[in-house]
Amino acid sequence: MSDNKKTYWKGIEQLSNDPAFVKNADKEFPEFLPINQNEGGGSSRRDFLKMMGFGIAAVSLAACEAPIRKAIPYVNKPVDVDPGVPNYYASTYTSGGDYCSILVKTREGRPIKIEGNKLSEITQGGTSAQVQASVLTLYDNERLVAPVVEGKEGKWEDLDKAVISKLGSIAAQGGQIRIVSNTILSPTTKKVIEDFKAKYPTAQHVTYDAVSAHGILAANEESFGQRAIPSYDFSKADVIVSFGADFLGTWISPVEFSKQYSKTRKIGPNKKTMSRHYQFESNLTTTGANADYRTPIKPSDEGKAVVALYEAITGGKKSQIKYIDKAATELKKAKGKSLVVSGSNDPAVQLVVNAINNALSNYGSTIDMSTPAYYRQGNDVEMKKFVADAKAGRIAGVIFYNCNPVYNYKGEDIAGALSKISLKISTADRPDETAVASDYVAPNHHFLESWGDAEPKKGQYSLIQPTITPIFKTRQAEESLLKWTGVDTPDYYSYLKNTWNRDMGVSNWEQALHDGVYQGSGVANAVEADSVATEVAAVVGAAVPFSGNVSSAVQAINKNYKGSGLELALYQKVGIGDGTQANNPWLQEMPDPVTKSTWDNYLTVSKKWADENGVEYFEGHCNKAKLTVKGVSVELPILIQPGQAEGTVGLALGYGRLNAGKVADGRGVDAYPFVTTLNGAVSYNVLSDVTVEVLSEKYQIAKTQTHQTYMGRDNVIQESILSEYKVNPLAGRHEPKISTWMSEDGKVDAGALSLWKGHKYNNHHWGMAIDLNSCTGCSACTIACQSENNVPVVGREEVINRRDMHWLRIDRYYSSDAPADDHKGLEQAAANPEVTFQPMLCQHCNNAPCETVCPVAATTHSTEGLNQMTYNRCIGTRYCANNCPYKVRRFNWFKYHDNGDFENINTAMNNDLGKMVLNPDVTVRSRGVMEKCSFCVQRIQYAKLEAKKEGRRPVDGEVTTACASSCPTDAIMFGDMNDKESKIYKMLNIKDTEAADYITEKEIHEPRAYHVLAEIGTKPNITYLTKIRNKDNEETKA
Amino acid sequence: MTPNKLLTRVFLAFTLASSLLLFHNSQAQEAAQQDTTVTEGSNDEQPAAQGADSGLPTDADRISEGQSLFNANCKTCHKVKEKLVGPALQGVYDRAPSIDWIVDFVHNSSKVIASGDDYANNLYQEYNQTQMTAFPTLSKDQIINILGYIKQEAEKAPEVVAPTEGAGTAVQGAGDGVPTEYLNAIMIGLVIVLVLILVVLILITTVLRKYLNQQKDLDEEDREIVNASFRLDAALKSKPFLFLVVFITTAIVFKVVINNLYAVGVQQGYAPKQPIAFSHKLHAGENDIDCNYCHTGVRISKNANIPSPNICMNCHSMIKNVAGQSGVSPEIQKIYDAIENDRPIEWVRIHNLPDLAYFNHSQHVEVGGIECQTCHGEVQEMEVVRQHSLLTMGWCIDCHRKTDVNTKGNEYYDNLVELHEEQSNEALKVEDIGGLECSKCHY
Repeated sequence: MSDNKKTYWKGIEQLSNDPAFVKNADKEFPEFLPINQNEGGGSSRRDFLKMMGFGIAAVSLAACEAPIRKAIPYVNKPVDVDPGVPNYYASTYTSGGDYCSILVKTREGRPIKIEGNKLSEITQGGTSAQVQASVLTLYDNERLVAPVVEGKEGKWEDLDKAVISKLGSIAAQGGQIRIVSNTILSPTTKKVIEDFKAKYPTAQHVTYDAVSAHGILAANEESFGQRAIPSYDFSKADVIVSFGADFLGTWISPVEFSKQYSKTRKIGPNKKTMSRHYQFESNLTTTGANADYRTPIKPSDEGKAVVALYEAITGGKKSQIKYIDKAATELKKAKGKSLVVSGSNDPAVQLVVNAINNALSNYGSTIDMSTPAYYRQGNDVEMKKFVADAKAGRIAGVIFYNCNPVYNYKGEDIAGALSKISLKISTADRPDETAVASDYVAPNHHFLESWGDAEPKKGQYSLIQPTITPIFKTRQAEESLLKWTGVDTPDYYSYLKNTWNRDMGVSNWEQALHDGVYQGSGVANAVEADSVATEVAAVVGAAVPFSGNVSSAVQAINKNYKGSGLELALYQKVGIGDGTQANNPWLQEMPDPVTKSTWDNYLTVSKKWADENGVEYFEGHCNKAKLTVKGVSVELPILIQPGQAEGTVGLALGYGRLNAGKVADGRGVDAYPFVTTLNGAVSYNVLSDVTVEVLSEKYQIAKTQTHQTYMGRDNVIQESILSEYKVNPLAGRHEPKISTWMSEDGKVDAGALSLWKGHKYNNHHWGMAIDLNSCTGCSACTIACQSENNVPVVGREEVINRRDMHWLRIDRYYSSDAPADDHKGLEQAAANPEVTFQPMLCQHCNNAPCETVCPVAATTHSTEGLNQMTYNRCIGTRYCANNCPYKVRRFNWFKYHDNGDFENINTAMNNDLGKMVLNPDVTVRSRGVMEKCSFCVQRIQYAKLEAKKEGRRPVDGEVTTACASSCPTDAIMFGDMNDKESKIYKMLNIKDTEAADYITEKEIHEPRAYHVLAEIGTKPNITYLTKIRNKDNEETKA
Repeated sequence: MTPNKLLTRVFLAFTLASSLLLFHNSQAQEAAQQDTTVTEGSNDEQPAAQGADSGLPTDADRISEGQSLFNANCKTCHKVKEKLVGPALQGVYDRAPSIDWIVDFVHNSSKVIASGDDYANNLYQEYNQTQMTAFPTLSKDQIINILGYIKQEAEKAPEVVAPTEGAGTAVQGAGDGVPTEYLNAIMIGLVIVLVLILVVLILITTVLRKYLNQQKDLDEEDREIVNASFRLDAALKSKPFLFLVVFITTAIVFKVVINNLYAVGVQQGYAPKQPIAFSHKLHAGENDIDCNYCHTGVRISKNANIPSPNICMNCHSMIKNVAGQSGVSPEIQKIYDAIENDRPIEWVRIHNLPDLAYFNHSQHVEVGGIECQTCHGEVQEMEVVRQHSLLTMGWCIDCHRKTDVNTKGNEYYDNLVELHEEQSNEALKVEDIGGLECSKCHY
């Protein structure tokens, strides 16, 4: 009962016993010595002697005279800046329609870390990997340092003069002007655009999104007369059905949805209920990986599946598609407490989804149409018209406001259209694809250098404030627009402040700036949406009148969704997204939550398809493929992805950049040319004319999934299902025993016997609890850790060499019920496996195997429960890593900083600008040194010192690690296990043991809590809580 | 020989201890005497103060609070009896419009000036439009206490303390000198005694040989032994001797190498030339400016902060040269230049900890209550600042082993002290709360 019978596997190489996997599975280091290419070939004995002689000379010279180091104070020290003391400023991350309320940590006037803003009601302190990484984009060497005038670096005066005169002459001739942008969340920016339109009456604003949500907008316009996305509330939903919407990874507002979703997934002694989540999708997404029931469907079935669910709910019609009927029954039971979402961009599909939600009376409970969200405002119809107009020569001037359509709007012939426009201006921050094709580039500030605001939802405002003086000669795009409108000395700060005072009715500006967020009763976001908004506001909360022609939508779906042959489903990766931040090495090297691949995109295919088409996977190398869609073809690597729907292949957007910068250019292939149109909207699914030719050429994708395996030890994952958990809270727990003569039945708990005396923790005892039920694998923690702890990026080649440096990795396990020797069973599971995510970092063992083998005592135990790693003492024997059962230690095979070989990979440590992102409280490690998670000891020390200065004990929550604070689902909890008031003490239900001389571990009484590899008695300070799936009993047996 | 040496050591230790004890006693007595004089003084003046009835406090507690506040906040710009940056403060309680006016002025002088107040505006003009720093955090009571202290100081006779201080240093000097002199005398005595013994021994052997040679009954073998001469070359070539020489040489060379290697990067005594000939002796010593006044980060940050020129300008907008000289001092001119050209002053860093070691000033000064001088030496006596301490890891660790944790009045340590007292009779040292752990300084 308690023992878990499942077989877990990390990748298909493990199932097929791939030689490379077998060879490396029980080795900490795959190769004995680092490759020699950096050493300039073999070095001889003479070289050694020369080096030694020189070394001695250098040391003795150095001893004579120390280098002079300067200490340079401010000329005029700002009142609020004290060197060594961090300042936090509330601000907002916006990128297109992506939104996150944040706190920016600055040291000596430079932003170094981003934290979530807990005051925000929308993101509630959560962040995502992209948000965490955005601070490195600020220090990107590839950004434009000055305006570009007709292809050459120029001056602002010249640019302004030329632009104003050209705009003026266009306006005089009545030529059409367009401002093209992605979604603009800022009401003040929209005002600026209105000002611009007033000055140039022929100007119009066209909005599009790289990944469009036009379908939802159009459907809502038809259903409710309002072109907006509603506020979803997953936290109120007992049953969640998603058709291809990756709402935990990339869909609309993943941070917000993750926060809500996790509330329904948390269980404990006082809450034994959780939501049930159905996912119907083609590619295995992060959301699908977290679903209780997942059905792989072809894109061509997506519309049909939605219709089937609609008919099952309204008419009780049976469906062929697995789990549709089951979902329908449960949805009907949970009326008003359910939520159906779809990632489709087809207005017809979204209309049927609306009809389903309406039939389930979800409007007013889980869906709030009266508080519309403005995350996506792109209008595919308008954008299409713009391209057509431009092609026909009807557009004379265009301003691309913070957008890059030449790269991410290739469905139409945008490049051809641009050549017909006489004046093209871009506000891009770098010479990107669109900027290169423009006549003038007026580079915008990075958002961390800007003033600004955002209205993610109606009445919920958020401010952006600069946290650093502009690094380059860039200018806020709004000021550029104002300048061209005719304002001589534009001052966007005053403009913003005035707007807030006047329109948002902010009386206390300072407070709003301090909080970063502001709840207003003010105006609606879009000026044009004003009338609609007031109309809708009249029907707050109540059953919103749903009107929409469902039957015609169903007809359209039946007509449009006809797949033939292989189908292609385009998707976004959690790290790279739509490709805006592609030049960010942290995001490039972040392992994708599901595929665990870095630095590339690839064609995901099912195992069955791979077998049928002769795709060979051997020692990490897989065939490349030639993908041809409607005549356009690319060559790209293949990745065999369990869970990929049969008859489909998947490909990620955001790669194949040409002008993003040295990190991103040429990585992967560009998937935007494959974007098609369906039912008047952009479609990311290609239903026909897809051919894939398997090539004989092999390619190795840099994957981390089978790195650091547990060498055949079991019970790393412990899981069960909700119904069993309700009966027995210990369900799924594996409690290892050790045979001994010392007890009557001959067995004791593993860990009861030990050679060691243990430790006594008088002061603090830091511990971490990780809830596998809440963890969605989103990897925000991985990037937060990288940012906080100066973790280097190593590049594709080195990842292939298994030398990735992430202190915190997220292990992704596939599982199947079949035993390992039942190959048929395993095959079955590989088609649609269950997935578990497990964040794995240094476990800070109380009986740490690493500590006992270090010959120089470079890794030791602290009186606060930390396993300390002392870089300056380490001599690089790597014994500790060999002896670590959790495989969480990382070795610096190279000097990753100030090293030409990593110049375009590890940008944060190889140029003066990039280095500004480094945390000055954490040492940058050098070659030959071991490193690992430190439990963010610098944060612990900082918080302790703050408490000491105020003569008090630290309060729970004050001390937290970067990973815990970044987590959008609160899956990671950090605290002092000696503090009886702490959350972790209460959640783990810790009981104090009486008067033992030495206390090795806390007595944890929470039944779900377990230690990974408890049987080897390492007694970690990190506790995991079992994964509980909300599945029915019979399903697990089937 | 050895017992002799031991004896001298014991003797030395005894004399040292007793002299220290004596010195201590004398100092304590002086301190006590000073205390009584102060209290007596204030007692004497009490009626006078009450007579003036300016509402200023006279009790010792409030006066001493006033004193510490004065030293912390006012002293850099004001003296009681002399004009410094601002006016001499004696009699301010009588000449200012009212006590409330003083309170307002201290809280925010620019506000009072802006209100058009005559007295304030005159003052402002008189002092070349130098604005007084605002102290909004001082309460009215605290300001009155400061005034009380000023009044008491103003009415005090000008001498009292100086001569006793001189005596104190003299005693200290003597205390230091005693053991080395004894040591020298004893050493010389010992050498003389040893030489005498040698002479006596040589005499004895000569006499004995002569006596034996005169004996007739000695056979050939015995005679040979008696007359055997000491052969130097043989002794020098003997294996034990060679071994000894090689061993001692190697040991010395090894020791020197190790010592020198340990000294690599250690810059004790490092006193580079600075871009401005700034004298800590003048500022911190003679003018007695609190270290915190310029090194603003010392209680809040890991860095103590080298002051920016705008802090210098608090005083040097008024003080343009050393006392008694006219014109602008070329060194002070460098501050003006820095501000005018917006170019920071590039000081040479003296205390260079490697990047791998984390050191936090506020932990040591604010929480630990360590004096600046403990690590930086008597900076107030240094014309040019030099590195006083070794700043090696051994030096850090040594101090962490010896230093008691400043637990008093800090709730953070309450439980730790309790647990420590259950197990040990010794005071809680930094070592006992993990002060020797790697990750306290290396991360």
